[in-house]
Amino acid sequence: MFGDDVVMLSRMQFGLTALYHFLFVPLTLGMTFILGIMESVYVMTGKEVYKDMTKYWGKLFGINFAMGVTTGLTLEFQFGTNWAYYSHYVGDIFGPLLASEGWMAFFLESTFVGLFFFGWDKLTKVQHLVVTWLLAVGTSLSALWILIANGWMQYPVGAEFNYETLRMEMTSFAAVILNPVAQVKFVHTVAAGYVTGSMFVLGISSWYLLNNRDIGFARRSFSIASAFGLASVLSVIVLGDESGYTQGETQKAKLAAIEAEWQTEEAPASFTLFGFPNQAEQRTDYAVKIPYLLGLIATRSVNEEVKGLKELREDNLVRIKGGMQAYGELQKLRGGDHSVATQQAFAEHKADLGYGLLLKKYTEKVVDADAATIAKAADDALPKVAPLFWTFRIMVACGFTMLFVFALSFYYCATRVADQKRWLLRMAFWSIPLPWIAAETGWFVAEFGRQPWTISGILPTHLSVSSLSSGQLWFSIGGFALFYTVLLVIELYLMVKYVRIGPSSLHTGRYCHEQVSYGSH
Amino acid sequence: MFDYETMRVVWWLFIGVVAIAFALTEGFDFGVCTLLPWVGKTDVERRVIINTVGATWEGNQVWLVLLGGAIFAVWPAVYATLFSGLYVAMLLVLFALFFRPAGFDYRSKVSDPRWRNAWDWGLFIGGTLPPVLLGVLVGNLLLGLPFHFDQDLRVHYDGSFWGLLSPFALLCGVVSLLASTFHGALFLKWRTEGAVHDRATQAVQVLGPLLLAGLAVATMWVFAGLDRPEITAMAATNAPSNPFNKTVVAVGSGWWAHFMALPVMLVAPVLGFSGIALAWLLGRRKRQALPLAFLFSSLGLVGLLLTVGFGLYPFLLISTSDPQSSLTLWDASSSHTTLLWAFWITVVFLPIVLLYTRWVYRILWGSLTEASVLKDSHTLY
Repeated sequence: MFGDDVVMLSRMQFGLTALYHFLFVPLTLGMTFILGIMESVYVMTGKEVYKDMTKYWGKLFGINFAMGVTTGLTLEFQFGTNWAYYSHYVGDIFGPLLASEGWMAFFLESTFVGLFFFGWDKLTKVQHLVVTWLLAVGTSLSALWILIANGWMQYPVGAEFNYETLRMEMTSFAAVILNPVAQVKFVHTVAAGYVTGSMFVLGISSWYLLNNRDIGFARRSFSIASAFGLASVLSVIVLGDESGYTQGETQKAKLAAIEAEWQTEEAPASFTLFGFPNQAEQRTDYAVKIPYLLGLIATRSVNEEVKGLKELREDNLVRIKGGMQAYGELQKLRGGDHSVATQQAFAEHKADLGYGLLLKKYTEKVVDADAATIAKAADDALPKVAPLFWTFRIMVACGFTMLFVFALSFYYCATRVADQKRWLLRMAFWSIPLPWIAAETGWFVAEFGRQPWTISGILPTHLSVSSLSSGQLWFSIGGFALFYTVLLVIELYLMVKYVRIGPSSLHTGRYCHEQVSYGSH
Repeated sequence: MFDYETMRVVWWLFIGVVAIAFALTEGFDFGVCTLLPWVGKTDVERRVIINTVGATWEGNQVWLVLLGGAIFAVWPAVYATLFSGLYVAMLLVLFALFFRPAGFDYRSKVSDPRWRNAWDWGLFIGGTLPPVLLGVLVGNLLLGLPFHFDQDLRVHYDGSFWGLLSPFALLCGVVSLLASTFHGALFLKWRTEGAVHDRATQAVQVLGPLLLAGLAVATMWVFAGLDRPEITAMAATNAPSNPFNKTVVAVGSGWWAHFMALPVMLVAPVLGFSGIALAWLLGRRKRQALPLAFLFSSLGLVGLLLTVGFGLYPFLLISTSDPQSSLTLWDASSSHTTLLWAFWITVVFLPIVLLYTRWVYRILWGSLTEASVLKDSHTLY
């Protein structure tokens, strides 16, 4: 119905703007918590250096936060501008989650962020501390609501199709909020944010230590970051494993693609550590496998199977045929035939309606699809293996590398020799990009792994777009490319500038560029 | 009491409340940014101006975000139609808003005057283009938009970006800009002293009469020159949301007759005009009168938005190319369950948000002077 180019360009624009937004979100999530911790130490001990730490890392946080606000606005606009049919089809469920995010999170963080920066002289110590923690809570609540919304896209519960309004409607708000996928995603993502903030502080502090400047300031920052980072990276890994378990229940195709499990193996399935997925021949070349592991991760048992792609495709064929029936009955209902028989027939197949809609890519009428078309749609309903297989492994590798870095940093910090281990400091500095690589690849696994759906099993991506022309899309993509490139250059310039100046930017007279003799205090 | 019909009306009112909160708070943020390059001559003066809104603009912007989110939640069809139909206009608003977070936060982090000057103009764009385009949008809400739904309830827009820029809509854009700038000038005058204060006074003096004149022309234009469609038959007010369950004629008995059907609605335009007139009269006087002047300017904006809402009722979006596709509060809403949940969340969180916003404003309140900016040069924007 639309040119494929409109669908392709809409996906490209959404992917790029979401990935770009996600450069700033994890750092905001992590930094607000680290600021809360630093300021808590300040209030408890009364040592000025912790106040300086809160203010200085707060400056870097502010540079990042401005970009998060800028690019977050895009996403809210974009559901309507580029995914209008999606917005209409599932607005009944998705909309209130976004509105709740506004009420509970955006107001909290955006109102208190100003007071965090400008309230130092106008509030008592404890009042300001409360403001900082409210800011942290606000950012994490924001993640909670958007991940409940995203969790619903991955695993849509608590909603039903209404043939009178031709859209999905909420049946249980509680089911939507308590969605197991959303809960696991939330903790995994937020903890990943804390890791990002920790690595950022750890790496930059290491750089100061390597340059023998602002030692006392950097050493204290280093120790907070290493402790918080270690706790967070452990949570990310444990919760990532928990994600694997819920995926085994709820997102079988994504899990099978990540693991390149072409066929159902005898339980318990082995875990493919490494290999080269070969989509054409449906096998993994040079696979290195660990016996039993996948079965254990995905089913928490030794006798349940993990379904392979071939079997999932068979399931899809059945559901597509059910979807054709559902679509046929829906046409009758829309034509005015509201007889009990038709209603019952529709109710029986309505769960498969989304699979019927997959056929719309090939035939407008759906019900007239032949066997070859159905087969093509069944292929479409499975994600591509190689991109998921690789991005997942990159994410996991980054996660374990960071675990190693944080564990060593924490150990040497606890034994009070961290600033003499120059190799450790260098490693921590060069690890700064890792959390971002992990976050971006993790986003890709979650979202690309859901394809070809925007709402799993309910609404195919190619139907979700707005009725736009490719010219309009090129206009917007051009605009985003221009603004985002310029803004990124500016942001990085300021970030590097303020990292180089360091805590001297506070003009307290206590730090390296302001003193004749360098040293700790 | 919480039946579907009532919830639909309640949400029509709530969206109005959020739109009003947006206009009142972002109104002066926009206005202050529009005035920035003209009222501030030196760098320090400009920093005074920026810092009158610097600490609070972000919370204010959430009213815009929430307005979008709430429309998405309770009128998904309206959200889908407006944002995709007015694609280019919406993206221009978005791009203009991009200038603000970075403009506020980054401007004073580098001392090069070219850098600062460039961001000042960025803030000017971010404060000027959105009210103009949103005014054009309101004009087009009154004129109606060319869109239709197909059998799958997929919305198709039948016009172009240039089609939005009719003379009436452009007048609305100008009026909207004058209103935000007037509101912002009063705010700036209230929060500052010295040269900035004096120039803001001049702005208030000039903008007040222009705004009143623009409003008068636009109002007469609506009553005398615009068609208003009318619903001739519709499903029950608690029926499932589907725009095709009604019949609409493109030309009904008109806007004046609509107001006359329930003349108490005329309170809204009267409040709009008198509020702004009083704000202008008081805003020219001494400092003590400024809080009251700002209050009247706010009441004026409330009156103007209510006028638009009352005028459109029960329509939310009028379609000119397929009148039956027009959306009303009865056939564009979310399900009863969703409206109820959104209702309770709003009832709980609206007062909380208002309370802490008030607290934050109270803490940060106080006149800004060049001396105070220089004293906190390294912490202020």
